[in-house]
Amino acid sequence: MSYIYYPGCSLKSTGRAYEDSLLAVFEALDIPLQELEDWNCCGATAYMSISELKAFALSARNFALAERQNGENDFAEMVVPCAACYLGLNKAHRYLAEHPELRETIDRALEAGGLKYNDKIHVRHPLDVLINDLTPDKITGLVKRPLEGLKVACYYGCQLVRPYSDFDDQHDPQTMDKIVKMLGGEVVNWPLKTRCCGGSLTGIVQDVGLRLSYILLAEARKRGCDLIVTACPLCQFNLECYQSRISGIYGHKIKIPVIYFTQLMGHAFGLSDEMLGLKRVFVSPARAFSKAEGGQHVHG
Amino acid sequence: MSTVNIPSPNGQPKIGVYVCHCGINIAGRVDVKETVAFAKTLPNVTVATEYKFMCSDPGQEMIQKDLRDGKIDRVVVASCSPLMHEPTFRRAMIAADANPFLFQMANIREHVSWVTLDKNAATEKAKALIAAAVKRIVLHRPLEKTRVPVTSDVLVVGGGIAGIHAALTLAEAGRKVYLVEKEPTIGGHMAKFDKTFPTLDCSACILTPKMSAVRAHPNIILWTYSEVAEVEGFVGNFKVKVKRKPRYIKEDLCVGCYECVEACVFKKGITKDEFNVGLSKRRPIYIPFPQATPLVAVIDPETCVQIKRNKCKKPCVDACERDAIDFDQKVEIKEIDVGAIILATGFKTFDASRISRYGYGKYPNIYTSLEVERMVNAAGPTGGEVHLQNGEKPKTVGIVHCVGSRDSKTNAYCSRVCCMYSLKLAHLIKERTEAEVYNFYIDMRTPGKGYEEFYEKLLKENVHFIRGRVAEISDWATIPEEEGKLVIRAEDTLIGAVRRIPVDMVVLSVGMEPHENVDEVRRLFNVSCSHEGWFLERHPKLAPVSTFTDGVFLAGACQGPKDIPDSVAQAGAAAAEALALIDRGYVELEPNTAYLQEEFCSGCKTCLGLCPYGAISFNDEKNISSVNGALCKGCGTCVAACPSGALQQNLFTDEQILHEIEGVISYV
Amino acid sequence: MSDNDRKQFEPRIIAFFCNWCTYTAADLAGTARMAYSPNVRVIRIMCSGRLDPQFILKAFREGADGVLIGGCHPGDCHYQEGNYKALRRFTLLKRFLNMMGIEKERIRLEWIAASEGDKVQKVINEMTEQVRKLGPLKLEPASQLQPQNDRVSRVEPVTIAEGEAS
Repeated sequence: MSYIYYPGCSLKSTGRAYEDSLLAVFEALDIPLQELEDWNCCGATAYMSISELKAFALSARNFALAERQNGENDFAEMVVPCAACYLGLNKAHRYLAEHPELRETIDRALEAGGLKYNDKIHVRHPLDVLINDLTPDKITGLVKRPLEGLKVACYYGCQLVRPYSDFDDQHDPQTMDKIVKMLGGEVVNWPLKTRCCGGSLTGIVQDVGLRLSYILLAEARKRGCDLIVTACPLCQFNLECYQSRISGIYGHKIKIPVIYFTQLMGHAFGLSDEMLGLKRVFVSPARAFSKAEGGQHVHG
Repeated sequence: MSTVNIPSPNGQPKIGVYVCHCGINIAGRVDVKETVAFAKTLPNVTVATEYKFMCSDPGQEMIQKDLRDGKIDRVVVASCSPLMHEPTFRRAMIAADANPFLFQMANIREHVSWVTLDKNAATEKAKALIAAAVKRIVLHRPLEKTRVPVTSDVLVVGGGIAGIHAALTLAEAGRKVYLVEKEPTIGGHMAKFDKTFPTLDCSACILTPKMSAVRAHPNIILWTYSEVAEVEGFVGNFKVKVKRKPRYIKEDLCVGCYECVEACVFKKGITKDEFNVGLSKRRPIYIPFPQATPLVAVIDPETCVQIKRNKCKKPCVDACERDAIDFDQKVEIKEIDVGAIILATGFKTFDASRISRYGYGKYPNIYTSLEVERMVNAAGPTGGEVHLQNGEKPKTVGIVHCVGSRDSKTNAYCSRVCCMYSLKLAHLIKERTEAEVYNFYIDMRTPGKGYEEFYEKLLKENVHFIRGRVAEISDWATIPEEEGKLVIRAEDTLIGAVRRIPVDMVVLSVGMEPHENVDEVRRLFNVSCSHEGWFLERHPKLAPVSTFTDGVFLAGACQGPKDIPDSVAQAGAAAAEALALIDRGYVELEPNTAYLQEEFCSGCKTCLGLCPYGAISFNDEKNISSVNGALCKGCGTCVAACPSGALQQNLFTDEQILHEIEGVISYV
Repeated sequence: MSDNDRKQFEPRIIAFFCNWCTYTAADLAGTARMAYSPNVRVIRIMCSGRLDPQFILKAFREGADGVLIGGCHPGDCHYQEGNYKALRRFTLLKRFLNMMGIEKERIRLEWIAASEGDKVQKVINEMTEQVRKLGPLKLEPASQLQPQNDRVSRVEPVTIAEGEAS
């Protein structure tokens, strides 16, 4: 099966490490990803709250492009790593299927641009692809640096599993947990895995945003985890970049590496830090990784 | 039946059309006056009139008078569904010495007035249905119902309290009853409970005498560890095959002395004890519980070393003085004839792990209500002690209502028993542990005799009640008091705030669900199910224990969630319905059977393979088919296939249906 | 439409419902007061297996614009397998009607269980709209009958010009 990769804006900017590691891991797994040509904004953040119609039109254009790029194949499997894009595209997918009047307007808009959407799209998250399209041995077979003894908290955030996606449990998602276990790591029971990271509040009402991030980080620390993995560029940013400020505000020293699950996979597969964007981090996972390797500090 | 009134000696039928108002049910939407005026214009209609309630005595008498006066010889009633009142009007015709099959109903209530918003459209549709009935009834012929004798034995499926009560009622009335139960013992869920609400009667004390009575009753044949495999035949004459699974113990020899169990090579339990819902373990050879009925051991082939690997010292065999152990037992198929069947297959409890945010299976000390029922039971795995995994008594307990009930994501319906049993468990837990007990509820539903009073009593016992659905249960502590506890988070809708209650133990009050194999079972017995999977009663108000298959009745929770008193009441009702059927001694079959017009049959044999009942055979001498009316059940499949029209179906002949089509379309 | 006032076309649809599942479901829809379009008139038969193709032809000849058939779900037939027989006949008949120039959208077979009153409502409303869109059935004189294209269409090789995808 071939997949059409929809990066979205974050993976080309703040989430570069996510893109780098995702492409490297998928290549290692021999899953071809073909980037969607001429993609545009998913419509998520700004559009959706101001004009839903515009947001849906933007999503629909991406769908139509993906179908065209998919050629004569049946459904286009559109891989969307960013949690916000994933939610936005999934919402558009559902609304276009269920609301004929909206659909008519969107169809007219697409037609003006010489495009057509034929409902031949599956919106997929990389976690969904890794767990449901692969047999577990494909992942375990690539593990060169098992994460033995590494205590990992899997953070899914709010947008990945609610409300339109159905590939994982909405309240206690498991796909990332499964991957960490396949890599040999230990998943920490951390009931906050879908609780708010602060989201956009960190940018506008900062004390509230930072407090929400602090709750997550403090609880992860308390439960003895070495590392947090996430699947969302905004969550990753919120949880990692403000740690020193949070430590200052709450008088509680917090320093936990927060990386993308794809970076963790790539590390276990033996890929280099450069390939995985691990040189871009603020809080280095090196110490955590070396713990997994019995104290032996290895750089790829 | 009364003398057959062959109508219309002069060839001209005389049709009476009676349009019912059904109060305002029909008249509120359909212009009855206009339909009557229309009916008068239809050919062969000699009487057309209306009445407030045609099914009432005066309504029926109108028809009977017109029949007796010779004004009419055929009757069309435009009222409700024929599934509702066709039998009523047919009886009225018999009472007037008319043939009841010279009758047709036009369904202008369920199919018109109740589903049509526009008055004009409703009136026009009613006219069309009346026109169709009038057009078709011209071709009706007098028919006779055939009488078939009824087998007087009854099959009861399921040995919970409903099945037990139904079986005993029938046995007391002198009927022979086969009681089939899939588990090794009867007793069902009730046997697992400690006390029953609201009286706090000991469940075992009131149930076990009934279980023993079943065992001892000369009229009851009890087959446990058995399942119904096949059902054939029809009301009054069912042929049933029952599969008896091998329990590897000769039931007639075993006295339930436990010697074999004690002797087993496994000195401790090795597998989940079904009776204690997994709170304890049992050995491969076991007796489910001390009052099991029959009190006979059973060997589980999944775990017994001898059966699985054929190598064991078999100390059980040596221990049994009565030589009751028999490893060569095989599946046995019993064939029985019964006149009626009562389904009392019960329910299963909701699987709490389906709601991941409640943490069942993830955190220790979160139990389902059924597990706690076993825990508080003095004969249960903890000897009646309520304690945590570490052996300590809980100081605080949270009881979460509506787990898998009143929730569009799991089951939208109310399971009806959970509020009451949660109150009961709150009382018992408080009694055993003196813990603080918190009930989290959406609404308290206590509609039953003495139920509200029981709730009042609990309020006075200082049990806490928080009105709000629980959002989440986790071990996430935010303050020191929450450390090491399970934290229940819920919105308290009475004070309008989110509350976090730290507790030691959580009880999830799981709802009731249909069994997983309900589709298989309903197909076996040819009954329908509601969306949720509960067996569908024939009428929710007036035929609550009957099904759409004559002779098959429902009792207990297989029809929908219910508590013990309701299950017992329904079981009694089902037994009474079965008795009424059997004691009449015969059933009358609808004469809608297929028949052959021999002169048109070309002997093509198309029909032969179509009949699922083997009612069609081929007469080699005459080189034509032949229909056995006694075996025919009146589906009409063969009739539709007959290329020459030689096969016809009484009450549904080609001509009758073609006329109906003309009628319904002639007035659109 | 010949009406001078050009009011909405009201199709005439005849339904054949089996006694045990679909007719009962229609009764349930009534009891639950689920309003639906009045265009469908129901004829009760004991089993969908009783449905003789001539009934459908007759309905169209008498002026029906559509025919709806309702039976029990596969595996649920009160008479074990009458609904399967109905399905086979239906499939054949649909092709036959198509050849006669009657669109396949004018005939519909649905499995509706006794508990599915809501499905009766939905199917009847959908069917009415579907047939309304098609307009009144016009049966052409026999000489003008032409089979509609219901054969497997020949597959033309599709080529995409380079650069078209972008």
